[in-house]
Amino acid sequence: MAEPVRSIVVLVAILVGVLVTAAGLIWLERRLLGLWQDRYGPNRAGRFGSLQVAADMIKIFTKEDWVPPFADKPVFVIAPAIIVVTTLLSFAIIPFAPHIEIVDLNIGLLFFLAMSSLSVYSVALAGWASDNKYSLLGGLRAAAQMLGYEVFMGLSLAGVVMLAGSFNLREIVEAQTKTWFVIPQFLGFVIFVVAGLAETRRIPFDLPEAENELVAGYHSEYSGMKFGMFFVGEYIGVTLISALIATLFFGGWLGPLLPPPLWMIIKTFVFICGFILVRAALPRLRYDQLLEFGWKLMLPLSLINIMVSGAIILVAS
Amino acid sequence: MFSLLKGMWIVLKHTIRKRETVLYPEEKPIRSPRWRGRIILSRDPDGWERCVACYLCAAACPVDCISLQATQDEHGRRYPEFFRINFSRCIFCGFCEEACPTYAIQLTNDFEMGEYSRHNFIYEKEHLLISGPGKYPDYNFYRVAGISIAGKGKGESENEKPPEDVHSLMP
Repeated sequence: MAEPVRSIVVLVAILVGVLVTAAGLIWLERRLLGLWQDRYGPNRAGRFGSLQVAADMIKIFTKEDWVPPFADKPVFVIAPAIIVVTTLLSFAIIPFAPHIEIVDLNIGLLFFLAMSSLSVYSVALAGWASDNKYSLLGGLRAAAQMLGYEVFMGLSLAGVVMLAGSFNLREIVEAQTKTWFVIPQFLGFVIFVVAGLAETRRIPFDLPEAENELVAGYHSEYSGMKFGMFFVGEYIGVTLISALIATLFFGGWLGPLLPPPLWMIIKTFVFICGFILVRAALPRLRYDQLLEFGWKLMLPLSLINIMVSGAIILVAS
Repeated sequence: MFSLLKGMWIVLKHTIRKRETVLYPEEKPIRSPRWRGRIILSRDPDGWERCVACYLCAAACPVDCISLQATQDEHGRRYPEFFRINFSRCIFCGFCEEACPTYAIQLTNDFEMGEYSRHNFIYEKEHLLISGPGKYPDYNFYRVAGISIAGKGKGESENEKPPEDVHSLMP
């Protein structure tokens, strides 16, 4: 196959795959939450409720797409697009198999960190543009939370980068042929999972949309597909973080017997289910607890992790 | 931190638990025999209407959803000429059943009474009256009440004595 054709095929396949996964997660999450709470979840539309996604889509597309008259219109419209664009762009650097990836970027990990930092604009701008005090509070919380957690998210990955000697995700996976990085970098893995939860604003860290105090936080004023974009953005974010955990700490596509892309997908879905389990089990943190936890515990831990793994690498070499 | 993991493990163990949901239209919920559902009017074991149109149910009803009109047949047996329950008002409190001296009005297990039109909630006697005795299969008001009715004189049924001659009680 010619190179341009091949890359377009890969691109479309990954894009469609990611979007289908993100949509399917709406169903998966509701079913799994139901399972863990001893109930069923959606089970009427189609077999096991599998057409629920289609029903939700029809509903959300036909809803009135209302922009409040007091909102800052251009920003209000752009904000939900930013989150989807930035999270989708991050998928460009994830290798699904030895040569199945959109770009083989030698600073792949930095690109991901940059993109996930950009997605905070979406939430903060949405809260700002809504001109609603609850939305604004949600946006402010999102900004504070994501800035705080962004710092040690990057630092927690430094250990992986040191071990692999590269920012390139393909090379990081190839460096894990002997042992997965979750073993030497267990602390880094835990910190990255916590930071990932905070980045996707999911339950222990979903303060920006804390519905019992802030209506719906930053997306209180959104309706129709604009609200849907935030929703899809959140699910793409979950998929992204899960794929990254699989790539960085669990050997990506590496695995016996099954074809490499399948291993990648299996690992990703295991972590997605883990994210949903966290949502099923844990309560929401208080705002001050969240920031204290981030700055006073996770940041020093990640710095210690870097120093210790750096020292070990230095001694070993 | 450890308690978080423990909590997650407990939630994960629920994967193999039985689900609590009752899938309603396919699977009916289990109801107690004393469930207060759709109201019926029952008949005694001889097939007569138990209702003697005493109006106690209508008087007891806190939302005034029962209306009836008493009348008598040629044997002096009282019965309701019409008996109407407005189920869009009824709150299924069961006071009518408690008030009824003849066990005529009873609340049943049925709760599936949805209608598309509001006037369909008004049940007339033909909708309320059932062919059997309901919850009290052996009870017959006129067999224990001691009054005379079609073919049964005073004191002729169970646990009854013929009426005393009041003049014999004179001191």
